[in-house]
Parts: sequence; structure tokens; C-alpha cells
Amino acid sequence: MTTTSNVPAYGRFGGFGGRYVPEALIPALEQLEEVWRKAVVDPEFVGELERLQRTYTGRPSIITEVPRFAEHCGGARVILKREDLNHTGSHKINNVLGQALLTKRMGKTRVIAETGAGQHGVATATAAALLGLECVVYMGRKDTERQALNVARMRLLGAEVVAVDNGSKTLKDAVNEAFRDWVANVDTTHYVLGTVTGPHPFPEMVRDFHRVIGVEARQQVLDLVGRLPDAVLACVGGGSNAMGIFHRFIDDRSVRLIGFEAGGEGVESGKHAARFSAGIPGVLHGAFTYVMQDEDGQTVESHSVSAGLDYPSVGPEHAHLLESGRAEYRPISDVEAMEAFSLLSRTEGILPAIESAHALAGAMKVGRELGPDAVLLVNLSGRGDKDVHTAAEWFGLIGDDGSPRLPDDDGAKGMGVQQ
Amino acid sequence: MSVATIIEKCRADDRAALIGYLPVGFPSVEGSIAAMKVLVESGVDIIEIGVPYSDPVMDGPVIQDAAVRALAAGVHLTDIFTAAREVSAAGAGALVMTYWNPVLRYGVERFAADLAAAGGAGLITPDLIPDEAGDWIAAADAHGLDKVFLVAPSSTPERLEAVTSQCRGFVYATAVMGVTGARASVGEAADALVSRTREHTDLPVCVGLGVSTGDQAAQVGRYADGVIVGSALVRCLTEADSDEQGLEALGSLARELADGVRRGRS
Ligand SMILES: Cc1ncc(COP(=O)(O)O)c(C=O)c1O
Repeated sequence: MTTTSNVPAYGRFGGFGGRYVPEALIPALEQLEEVWRKAVVDPEFVGELERLQRTYTGRPSIITEVPRFAEHCGGARVILKREDLNHTGSHKINNVLGQALLTKRMGKTRVIAETGAGQHGVATATAAALLGLECVVYMGRKDTERQALNVARMRLLGAEVVAVDNGSKTLKDAVNEAFRDWVANVDTTHYVLGTVTGPHPFPEMVRDFHRVIGVEARQQVLDLVGRLPDAVLACVGGGSNAMGIFHRFIDDRSVRLIGFEAGGEGVESGKHAARFSAGIPGVLHGAFTYVMQDEDGQTVESHSVSAGLDYPSVGPEHAHLLESGRAEYRPISDVEAMEAFSLLSRTEGILPAIESAHALAGAMKVGRELGPDAVLLVNLSGRGDKDVHTAAEWFGLIGDDGSPRLPDDDGAKGMGVQQ
Repeated sequence: MSVATIIEKCRADDRAALIGYLPVGFPSVEGSIAAMKVLVESGVDIIEIGVPYSDPVMDGPVIQDAAVRALAAGVHLTDIFTAAREVSAAGAGALVMTYWNPVLRYGVERFAADLAAAGGAGLITPDLIPDEAGDWIAAADAHGLDKVFLVAPSSTPERLEAVTSQCRGFVYATAVMGVTGARASVGEAADALVSRTREHTDLPVCVGLGVSTGDQAAQVGRYADGVIVGSALVRCLTEADSDEQGLEALGSLARELADGVRRGRS
């Protein structure tokens, strides 16, 4: 792309990143960067964040080896990093606690957030309750329906949830609405962006708040198997859980970093969120990165069974890792992800988030490619409680009206792995 | 031709310039161009030709709605070149207002060349700050196009300096912190921002966001070099029962605004 020629390297990963936002937000971004950079070298901030991680989130999260699941992964050893066991049920809390503490430091009293699967919204509502901040969460109407449980959770936690009816009524439109709110209320409000995209410093800052995932996991794998894994696998929506687990391994050149995007109904179908298969570099939501777009530069709507991966753009550092060859990205279809969802549930008693199931499906493929000597570290970014309704519908366990369907009912597929 | 020349002429008449925004492609490409011509006939000096975009983070509901409908009706980026040609032929300045990705996708240099060839004066870029605009600044300079960047009530003196030093044509001062949309009052923030901006530049400073009536245009025209009106005009078209009725409402609001900037300083 041409845009790299004249742009400063400031806030960039290779040519990707930058700050493509209305001027009105620049002072807030400058303030955020300044407060954040000071905080991370301030023992008081670092100590407070570590205390919360330990006593509130429940860090360090454990790793779990899953041999029965691994039988379906070419016999490779498969180790899960259990971010699903964090308080609120996903990795999202790592970033949110950091940003909520920064909000306090900036003297702001209100936080807003976008959410797709609802996990980031729940985490933000949780941190707001903990620290006494007002909280508004924007969520696409379609996502409020498929993640209804999380809408209720956020409201129980005292947050206001605003259903967004624009555009595709999913995550992208929730981000637009959050930006609009932020421009109008930036004096009192911090936008707790939930992933590693957006204008600088968000991609770098959010990554650093999640970096703890990889720092812990690297040591835990060394302790368990006595060597580094052959590959680290994660699902990639905006890319925060993936950057979090990848980052500590970037200098370990022998370790492959593999991200899995939502392949939806298949990349050929056009109904997917495989930005690295079908997107091209462009600007969306403040960052220069890969964007699904038409020839006029209009954003193309994404599709995925997973609300958290249903986003037409991706964090700029992933674009850089792709172009530099350090990481690889592959699509996983809805069907493959749901098969992995079912398989982990039935073989290991762990119900994964549908987002994370994309990484599990990736492990099934990569394990078969690498064979029984391989060690795979998979980021289990979240738990599947929020997805029970979607999965039950997918597997025909409930009727259209939500009533249970018993195995001898006509049409019930059970939860077979052959789906 | 830079729109600065038009604003200078208005200044010589002791009035602010009137700048009207309409998105190309609503209700149709021809319909939007007809509407732009109505604005010109009704006393609007500069037309801001809007590029409908799928993710307009600086826009409120009225302009979002028009953009969605224009895109659904099949507008393409290249339609703005047609609009620019017709607007400048009608005797008004033709500035294009666009989010950055459509230009990036088209190719920055190619876009600048085609816009200049169509008689367009330049670009207003709501989500492109000068710090990220190296390619655009080079292309605009090569083709003699206006570069209108925005300043906001939140802008620090450092930002005002950095932004105004890269502008050509005028500086766009956003009256309020927020998105486009008519507001009951434009507020004191705008007046203060214009004064602060003038400490850094001799360029004209035009005020947008929230202006919807002749009285507001008169009031803003007292301290600003130009008054920018968007949502209020767009709403004449989106809320009309028929295209003819829309053009009628548009013409009458434009005349009211044109009267406003003319009586503002008398
Ligand atoms: C459990 C879980 N994993 C992954 C994601 C995707 O986000 P990211 O790519 O930023 O990790 C989400 C987003 O909602 C999520 O809830």
C-alpha cells in the first residue's frame, strides 16, 4: 500500500495503525497515552493492577492439558490456557481493569464500551461497578438477541445497554455509536475500547494489558513439558486474546503463531469475517489495517455464528504480523467451530465460547498436520455459558420457541460431533 | 479554484459565506445534483458534496439516514466527480466532504487528479488529521486543491497550530463537541474557538455543526468567515413526501439561511 510512504512511524506497526479519528478526539488520545505511559512505570498503579488480577480476576489462570480432545488433533499434545476461568468468563477483564484504573487516574467518571459477544460489555460493567463509574454499553441489535444472557448480566451489574439499529446491527455498528458518544462526552467519559484496534494508543495499550496471558502461559508450558510449544493458537476477532497470548512468544522464532478468523459459511460464500483472506488494507475505526470493503471503500458486512468474531476489520498489529510473516491466519467455518465446541464439551467437560471454539477447530487441523510429537498451546479465551442458547439451537436441542426438544423428538440432532 | 477566493468575495461584501452540505446520491444521483443546484440558486456560495459512507462516525442520525439510503440506491464514489462538475458549472465552489477510506481505496493521487479535472476545489476530511495525511497533502499540493482539516473546542494551542498550518481554503471549526445534527443553540464554544483559531492563522475560519435557522446563521456569521449547514438541509430532502416538495423546502430554508448571513453584520 502507498500510504506508508509519507506517514510517521509514530503509533504504527510497520505501516499499520495510526490515528484516523476526528480532531476533537486527539486531545483525549494524547491524554490517554500520557497517563497510560506514566501509570505502567508507577509502582502504585502496577501494584493495584496486580492485586486486582490476583484477588478479583483470579490470575494466574491455569493451563489444562486435554488428552481426550487431543485424540481428535492428530494425537498432538494440546494445552489450553484457561482465560475462561477468569472472573466474568473471558480474557476481556484483563484489559478492562487496566483501562478502568486509568479512567480513575484521568479523573473521568463515566465509561462507555462496545460489545459483540457481550463479554467485553460484561467486563466493563463489572469494572464500573467495582470502581464506582457510570457505564453505558453499545451493542448491535442482532447481538443483543443472540447474546441475550449477557445483556441481562450487564443490566444486573448496573450498566445501561444501548441496542444499535444501524447498519449490520453488529459489533462494527456498536463501535460507530461508541465513537459518536465519545466525541460528545469526552470531558467526562473514557471509551474502554475492547480489542487491539482503534486509534493509537489503543492497539498497543490493550495488547499490553493482555500480555500477561502469554507471559504466564509460556512459563506454565515450560514447567509442564520442559520446552516451548510448537505453535500458539488463538481466535482473532479484533485480536486482543491473540495478541495477549502471542506477544511473549514473538521472539521465540521456533514457535508458530496461528490466528483463526471466522470463516462463517465459507470464504467463497462471501458470508464470513476472514479479513486476511478477503480484506485489503484500509481504514476503519481509527486504524489503518485489513478491512473487508468493496471497490468504493465501503465496509462490507461480516458474518459469523460467533458475535465476538463478527467484525469486518482486525487489529493493526495482526496485519503487521501477517505481512512480516511472523504469524499466519486461517479461516474456520461456522460448522467447524461448532464441531469443536461440541467436541471439547463432550470429551473434556469444558464448554468453550464459540469464539474460542474457532481456535479449538484450528488445533484439530494443525495437530493433524504436525502429528503426535507436536505441542499446541491454545488460548481458551472464554467460556460458553453465554452461547448455550445459540448452541442449543444449532444442535437442535430446543425448538424455535425455545422449549426443550428431547432425544426421541423428531428432528433433534443431539450434540453429535459429526454435525 | 480555491474556495478561499469565494470567501474573500463574501468578506468584501461584509458577510459570511454560506456553505451547504448535501450527500451525493440522495434521493438519486440526478436528484442530489438538482438539489445542489437549488442551493446555488438560493444563495449558497459553496456546496459541500458529501460522500455517503457505511461508517460515518462524525454524523448524527439525519446524515446517517441519507447515507444509508443513498448507498442502497446505488451511489458510487465516482458520482461525486459528476456533482463537482455540475456544481462548479452552476457557479458555486465544489468542495467534497469524505471519510478517508473511500479516497484511500480509489488511490489518493488518482483521486486528487480526477477531482481537480472535474472542477472540484478540494476536500474536507472529518476523520483525517494532518498528522496522517502525508499522501493527501502531497497530492493536494500537486493539484492545487484545498485541504480543509477540522479544529474542535477541545483542540489545544499546539493542535490548532499543527492543523491550521496544513489547511488551504479555510479552517473548519466544529461548533460543539459532538456529531452533525441541528441544535437549538450553537453555543459560545464556537465563538471562542474561532478567536483561538485566528491566533494561529490568517485563513478564513468557518463554523459548522448545529446551525439550522436563518437567525443562527446570522449570529454565527457575525464572527465566522463562513457558516456551514448540513443536517437541516438534508432533512428537507429525507423528510419530504415527494422530490418536488423536498426541493421546495430546501430552497426556502436555503433562502432563509442566505438572508441570515446577509443581515448578520448589518
Ligand atoms: C471469549 C471471546 N473470545 C474472543 C473474542 C474476540 O475478541 P478478540 O479477538 O479481541 O480477542 C471475544 C469477543 O467478544 C470473546 O468474547
